[in-house]
Amino acid sequence: MFKYVADYLNELKKELKGCDPALIQDALSDAEEHLRTALEKTWEKDPEISKAEALVPIVQKYGEPREIAAAYQEIESRTTPFLSSPRRQIQPQGFAKLYGVLADPRAWGSFLYMFLSLLTGCLFGGWGFFGLFVSVSCLILIIGLPVSGIFLLSVRGIVIIEGRIIEALLGVRMPRKALFVNRELGWVDKFNSLIKDSHTWKALLYVILMFPLGLLYAAVIFLMFSFSLSFILSPLLELVFHMPLELFGWETFTPVWILPFITIAGFILLPLTLHFAKLVGRLHGRYAKYMLVRN
Amino acid sequence: MSLNSDADKKFQKELNSGTAALVLLGILDRADQPMYGYQVAKLMESVNTNVPMMKQGALYPVLRSLENSGLLSSQVEPSVSGPPRRYYQITDSGHLTLERWLEIWDQTKVFVDSILKGNKNV
Repeated sequence: MFKYVADYLNELKKELKGCDPALIQDALSDAEEHLRTALEKTWEKDPEISKAEALVPIVQKYGEPREIAAAYQEIESRTTPFLSSPRRQIQPQGFAKLYGVLADPRAWGSFLYMFLSLLTGCLFGGWGFFGLFVSVSCLILIIGLPVSGIFLLSVRGIVIIEGRIIEALLGVRMPRKALFVNRELGWVDKFNSLIKDSHTWKALLYVILMFPLGLLYAAVIFLMFSFSLSFILSPLLELVFHMPLELFGWETFTPVWILPFITIAGFILLPLTLHFAKLVGRLHGRYAKYMLVRN
Repeated sequence: MSLNSDADKKFQKELNSGTAALVLLGILDRADQPMYGYQVAKLMESVNTNVPMMKQGALYPVLRSLENSGLLSSQVEPSVSGPPRRYYQITDSGHLTLERWLEIWDQTKVFVDSILKGNKNV
């Protein structure tokens, strides 16, 4: 028998031990939403009933933590995040391995993520720097604490959005709901738990680091992609459209006999760019999971 | 009717795992507006027979799975009192999928009924 919703959630968390942290977070959020809504409805009908009494039939209908944990694990085993295709049994070799990446949705997802990180890095990182500056500046005033609290909550909201982007483009399972917060706590206790929670600071660090990382990702992928495209198109540009090769302000026409080699280099660089994007996507996915998902 | 044996429970569980997605899509297809999990659970409870189709908590991972497949979309909205609620609604792809699933369901029903009731003379 559970006296409080928090007891149920703790038990559910225990039953889900060893599962993907993002799955645990989702299951806890779902349970919290349902149980608290059910409690409200029960109190509307019978305001005299105690919390523990009201919880008994609610939990009976919702399911014991063990049953619910099993249901989540079963569904999760049947569902894989978008773009997270299972590893192929037969690994392609040589030419097929190099160019097979062109048909790999995960590589294109990572490629898009790296381009998009210019925007998300500036937005999220900019907000992180701005919010941190304002929060620290306001700490000497009475409004400092509420401002800091709102800023830290906004950071948690941002990392949920970033998690959705990562799951969609990098195929890494991330939380789909906000972290569980004990609603029995008052505002002061909630603020304390927010401050004391290492997850808050990891999320803030992640958001701030998104600025340099985003710029770096976008710059590198843009350079690699534009080089490979311009190499591939160089015969067309130089021989048909008479556009010279331009490097660092210096214009020249490439000797005709070199053009086929440049084109071949472009055709090699293009899949290498996607392989690189895929590698960065995989590493960033691990990094994001470490920083943004509560273990 | 109550589920007495483990075999009954296992059979009900297997049926549920196959039909839960169809039922949830059907409910949200008929809904005039987006619904949150508790509303869906209460609706199922109100139309159910003595045997609960499944635990209410088991609806949520199915809802999320349908959302992952693009058959449902959702958005979180704050509630006046209590935690924020995730409202689900069926997508265009969900409507089309439901039509196909209903055809499959009808065929399955006919097949099972014909085996259980119609072939007594075989």
